[in-house]
Amino acid sequence: MSSRASLIFKSALLLLALYPLLGAGDEAARVNDLGHRMMCVCGCNQILLECNHVGCAYSERMRSELIAAVDRGDNDNLVLQAFIQKYGTTVLAAPTKTGFNRVAWITPYLALGLGILLVMFIVRAWRKRPLVLPADAVAPVYGVELDHFREQARKETEV
Amino acid sequence: MSQIGSFALLLALALSAYSFLAGALALFNQGYGSERLGETARRAGIAAFAIVLLAAVVLVVAAFQNDFSIAYIFHHSNRDLPAPYKFATLWSGQEGSLLFWSLLLSAYGLVLRLRYKTDVRLFAYASVIIAAVQVFFLLVLNFAANPFGVMQGSLPADGTGLNPLLQYPEMVIHPPMLYLGYVGFTVPFAFALAALIMRYPGEKWIHITRRWTMVTWGFLTCGIFLGAHWAYSVLGWGGYWGWDPVENASLMPWLTGTAFLHSVMMQEKRGMLKTWNMWLIFSTFMLSIFGTFLTRSGVVSSVHAFAQSSIGDWFVVFLALIAATCVFFYVKNRSHLRSEHKLESLVSRESSFLFNNLLLLVACFTVLWGTLFPVLSEWVQGTKVTVGPPFFNRVNIPVALLLLLLTAIGPLLAWRRTSIESLKRNFLWPTVIALGAGILLVALGMRPWKEASYFYSLMTIMLSVLVAMTVISEFVRGGRVISGHSGQNLFASMVQLARRNTRRYGGYIVHFGVIVIMIGFAGSAFNQDKEKELGYGDKMTVGAYTLVCRSYTQDYNPNYQSEWAIIDVFKGGKQIATLNPERRFYFASQQTSTIVANRSTMREDLYLVYEGLNQDTGRPIIRVHLNPLVMWIWVGVWIMIFGTALALVPNMAPVRVPAPARMHVEPVGAGD
Repeated sequence: MSSRASLIFKSALLLLALYPLLGAGDEAARVNDLGHRMMCVCGCNQILLECNHVGCAYSERMRSELIAAVDRGDNDNLVLQAFIQKYGTTVLAAPTKTGFNRVAWITPYLALGLGILLVMFIVRAWRKRPLVLPADAVAPVYGVELDHFREQARKETEV
Repeated sequence: MSQIGSFALLLALALSAYSFLAGALALFNQGYGSERLGETARRAGIAAFAIVLLAAVVLVVAAFQNDFSIAYIFHHSNRDLPAPYKFATLWSGQEGSLLFWSLLLSAYGLVLRLRYKTDVRLFAYASVIIAAVQVFFLLVLNFAANPFGVMQGSLPADGTGLNPLLQYPEMVIHPPMLYLGYVGFTVPFAFALAALIMRYPGEKWIHITRRWTMVTWGFLTCGIFLGAHWAYSVLGWGGYWGWDPVENASLMPWLTGTAFLHSVMMQEKRGMLKTWNMWLIFSTFMLSIFGTFLTRSGVVSSVHAFAQSSIGDWFVVFLALIAATCVFFYVKNRSHLRSEHKLESLVSRESSFLFNNLLLLVACFTVLWGTLFPVLSEWVQGTKVTVGPPFFNRVNIPVALLLLLLTAIGPLLAWRRTSIESLKRNFLWPTVIALGAGILLVALGMRPWKEASYFYSLMTIMLSVLVAMTVISEFVRGGRVISGHSGQNLFASMVQLARRNTRRYGGYIVHFGVIVIMIGFAGSAFNQDKEKELGYGDKMTVGAYTLVCRSYTQDYNPNYQSEWAIIDVFKGGKQIATLNPERRFYFASQQTSTIVANRSTMREDLYLVYEGLNQDTGRPIIRVHLNPLVMWIWVGVWIMIFGTALALVPNMAPVRVPAPARMHVEPVGAGD
């Protein structure tokens, strides 16, 4: 390994080692992130950090608890679990990705995937659909039939 | 008063029932006198409108006369309520809004019944179906949610007042717009079902239905965005869309209605997707009713939802009846809905519409799924979960981006088949410009790798630029052809082009409005907010703005007491505005409400909320949001409305066919 390649490799290793520490001190960002993953439980149906009810009995207390938990150094999972323990599962703004709740996340993508397959199937089936042609299909058309084709062409090109 | 109102509702029910039964009898039992019987049914439908209008007027007059003997007026009005809001009492509660629904339905029915000569038989069928829907609403009004119910015991001196959140000018127009949208979908539904029942030949019913759908869709669009603007201006949380079940209920029929407006073109042009279109319009109507059920049954919790009541069961039965009717007639007459053509290529306008419909329906399904998942979770797990903005944003944003991509590609595809070379030629410059816009944004400091929201924001803006370029290129290309023939300047030629094919170019303008709105949404990734207690002369800085509290004070009027602050706004050391965020306390309802102070520019909104007084220091707490690009959303809505209105205008003149040899431009996405 050349010295230059070695330097790059060591630098990459150092960066990788430092990666988990990036943002560790950014507590405000963590509070902001966690606060947007939880709901205010006063019944206002608003995200915890967006609840603006004057004198709301919950949001102020919950925000204080969140800030305290982050200050203590609790990791995200611990903070969320503590809130679930105290306020119930409805405190989370979105279903978790465990157990039956996974269904909530998977179903829309499944619907999209199945929908795409269905459209592909329809397109294929339509393309293979046999055209019912009259016996003299290659013969020139006149009169009403010609008018019909002209009308069809006009509709399809709008010119 | 209450007796007049109740009697009017009973009479309207009798007239609508007659309109339905006599109309159906005249249609299904063709014989001597059936025409005259049908005519009496039509007139009964018209009379029903007059009687429902009378009931609505009685309720409004009762509000203005402070007739608190009527329970509805007691609960939704008070003596000091300003006049416009007394008028809005009509739709501010469950019973009143059902009466309003019934009034709008009968008004739509009136227009339809007056225009019956367009196609007597088709309109007669549609009229009977509308009468059936009207019967349902009048049954609910008469027997489950009567707005003229009287107060028990002694007469109260004053009412409990209108919900403070509804005391805002937009609330006088937002619900009517939304209801015009919801109710309006009854008309295309009635025509579609009528066409299916009578095996209507040709596509004329589609032409009639498309116009009604477009008008209805336009109203629903206005209603949804007025609601968003109201939420932004009144609720004071700094956002305009919270994925609340009531918001979702309005979005679902809008999505399926949008899908119908696109796919119906395949039926008109190519005689394809007949079954699909039929079910799209059926679904749109059923989703309108389902939305009403959601908001009134208490099945899901919502800030706006009306309290849980027994009328939810009525809606379930009605929905089941509608679904059964649709399935029955579809099974009976499905042979009438066979496609006339086959699909010739995957790269064609037809397949772009198929994918467009797929994405719109997936978005609709996701909204429905997310709205109902808490109920499903409770059934399966025994615990309720919350499905809020993080879920909807995460699932729907990629779908919306795919839709934007299709919006760019679709118009450049021709019916039947498009060559790859033609696509390459027409996409090259729009793609280069869109990529250039992306590079420019990164150079200006946007960092899409830092957060998913930044990435989505960048993608939204790039795709919006791509759509804008394809729309502009379509106008310029067509304009040049006309300019070449007529010698007019390019702008005049483009105006003429739009007037010659209003539907197609109106549609492009709607697409343009959509991308302006999407750019507005993209700005939300860069929202900032800050909260601070501000005494006299105290300062706070947000973004490039410095806010200085000049004063704070209180005010009083018979309806409410208010606290507000006077905040001077400085930018670059220069005073640019004075804002007055306010908080009100309404005496009748004993509720508080915020009045946001917003300085809105195309670049950003400086949005101030008076959160309240600190009880210890007596100083106001001010929350400031800096929301970039929000005004783009409201501008985009105006563009959409303009495009929709243009698409409804008849074409100026028949378009002459130029000889192909003289055309200097490659034909691309001709047609709508």
